[in-house]
Amino acid sequence: MFDKDKIDRYKEKKAAWQKKQDEQVKKRPERQREFTTDSGINIETVYTPAELNTENIDSSLPGEYPFTRGVQPNMYRGRLWTMRQYAGFGTAEETNRRFRYLLEQGQTGLSVAFDLPTQIGYDSDHQMSAGEVGKVGVAIDSIIDMETLFDGIPLDKVSTSMTINSPAAILLAMYIAVAEKQGVTPERLNGTIQNDILKEYIARGTYIFPPGPSMRLITDIFAYCAKNIPNWNTISISGYHIREAGSTAVQEVAFTLADGIAYVKAAIDAGLNVDDFAPRLSFFFNAHLNFLEEIAKYRAARRLWAKIMKERFGARNPRSMMLRFHTQTAGCTLTAQQPDVNIMRVAFQALSAVLGGTQSLHTNSRDEALALPNEDSVLIALRTQQVIGYETGVADAVDPLGGSYMIERLTDEIEERARQYIEKIDSMGGAPEAIEYMQREIKDSAYLYQMDIESGKKTVIGVNKFILDTGKPEGLLRVDPAVAQRQLEKLKKLRSGRDNLRVRNILDDLAAAARGSENIMPHFIGAVKNYATLGEICDTLREVFGEYKQQIVF
Amino acid sequence: MSDKPIRVLVAKPGLDGHDRGAKVIAQAFRNAGMEVIYTGLRQTPDQIVQTALQEDVKVVALSSLSGAHLHLFPPVVQGLENSNAGDILVLGGGVIPDEDIPRLKEAGIAEVFGPGTPTGTIVEFIKEKLIR
Repeated sequence: MFDKDKIDRYKEKKAAWQKKQDEQVKKRPERQREFTTDSGINIETVYTPAELNTENIDSSLPGEYPFTRGVQPNMYRGRLWTMRQYAGFGTAEETNRRFRYLLEQGQTGLSVAFDLPTQIGYDSDHQMSAGEVGKVGVAIDSIIDMETLFDGIPLDKVSTSMTINSPAAILLAMYIAVAEKQGVTPERLNGTIQNDILKEYIARGTYIFPPGPSMRLITDIFAYCAKNIPNWNTISISGYHIREAGSTAVQEVAFTLADGIAYVKAAIDAGLNVDDFAPRLSFFFNAHLNFLEEIAKYRAARRLWAKIMKERFGARNPRSMMLRFHTQTAGCTLTAQQPDVNIMRVAFQALSAVLGGTQSLHTNSRDEALALPNEDSVLIALRTQQVIGYETGVADAVDPLGGSYMIERLTDEIEERARQYIEKIDSMGGAPEAIEYMQREIKDSAYLYQMDIESGKKTVIGVNKFILDTGKPEGLLRVDPAVAQRQLEKLKKLRSGRDNLRVRNILDDLAAAARGSENIMPHFIGAVKNYATLGEICDTLREVFGEYKQQIVF
Repeated sequence: MSDKPIRVLVAKPGLDGHDRGAKVIAQAFRNAGMEVIYTGLRQTPDQIVQTALQEDVKVVALSSLSGAHLHLFPPVVQGLENSNAGDILVLGGGVIPDEDIPRLKEAGIAEVFGPGTPTGTIVEFIKEKLIR
């Protein structure tokens, strides 16, 4: 099949066939004048060996560099992906109940959604927290909330992913301290902190500190975890939010890997050895609607990252070159109109992630364009993954679409286009210097996408085609407004019950450590154990580090 | 309608970081011939009122996807009224449950535009309101 003469014959044959086909199309036009993927890659009428990149055939097998076909040799034949639903709302008590429900229903890992004040390092009683407490996630002010959150959940038995970025080190410190109270030592902990500040500046918005000190916090975490929590994923370098903000698939790969390059560089500059921390880097991608392009996207990202780690950073340990990733289906594709149709969207998106070799998966719930998901909707979402894993048979062979002419062609194309973007970002001085460039690129793509919907070029069922008034869905989840009051009471009790002088001294020591260059992680652990609140710790850091000022790009 | 372009402030109150919708609508307003100012993230209602007054806008378009709209939208209207700028049209958008819309309208939010609204609908709404 890779024989050059044979492929040349295919090319001739296809050219002749295409000529005839083009004549036909002149007489009977097709549905669209042109067919492209969401990234604007032209889609051929049919794919043959003529489209393969014969200069550089990738004949790697699963588990082999550059890991195009998967990071493990037998992938889901060994174990299915981790089914991990992002969950959190209200108080730690309520979220703890949702966690236990999900575990009882067969979920295999936890994923914590924190509310915005927690993500931005404000206590629930801060004036900026008004109206936001417990809304998009659980409110965590101190280690007491964290203990409640994991009450009855043995931390040596589950893996926990925490979507926390700017204050990631502090929430990790709380997790370590809660585990210790459960009698679980750090080296037995499994999980992930998102810890990806660059995409917060680019697309997600929950930044606190400027890039310099933020990168230092990140490299401190890398160094601390390499020594103390060897199984912890120290970062989840995220394309998900870049895509949600409107990027194309190619931009998602390019900007995510550009961010990854910046973290690796920062860690090496901080004196770490690449193979000491790189095996614990993980990634997070979006599963969007353009099914085949998405499958190719994951494959392209794996191959490109492997090459970057080996060629640019001189990694030697194959694990440093493996792009392991979590996937979430695309929230931005869910419609408020005819919300049950979202179940189908999510199923196809989830299938693309599985066919693309994801390590873990969150399936969105049908009601998420309207509210946080209720229990019924979450169950359907989880069952969707279970159907894919246990009933469809797609998990029985590794990379089952590998070798499809179209998938291979798209994989090559996405890799090449992402590589060009990364070169451009390199020429600007790397991702931290290219934040506004990436924001502009994303914004322009988002606008084009919206215009394509409004012109009808892109179909959204229930929005611009097949419109039907199905009435308002019943039983949407509403966060109890009393949550904020309960958090305020808990904080008051905490502050009156602890040794405040001791807390003051610990925060002063923390400030000194932040000003210096020692690893700051042990100070966070000490502070949370002595009941310093998240807001107090972040305020201490704000005084030393300053705050990030967003450049407005629109 | 006068020939002067309509000035609009697009604003993100609260801690919500979802600004895709705000940026898309800002671009759509601009393409419809309006002058657009965008606040960026993490604005308090008071900051939004101050910017609206300084920039002398006719419209304030608020966007929130975090569920804090009942806390954050009404104080903007209130602040404008307190500054004798109650004629400024205040619009809301984002993930807003239907049952909250009457309360927002009572508080003086002229209209609430949910997910899936074509940008043209909002542009038309503004033009119609400002002609009257």
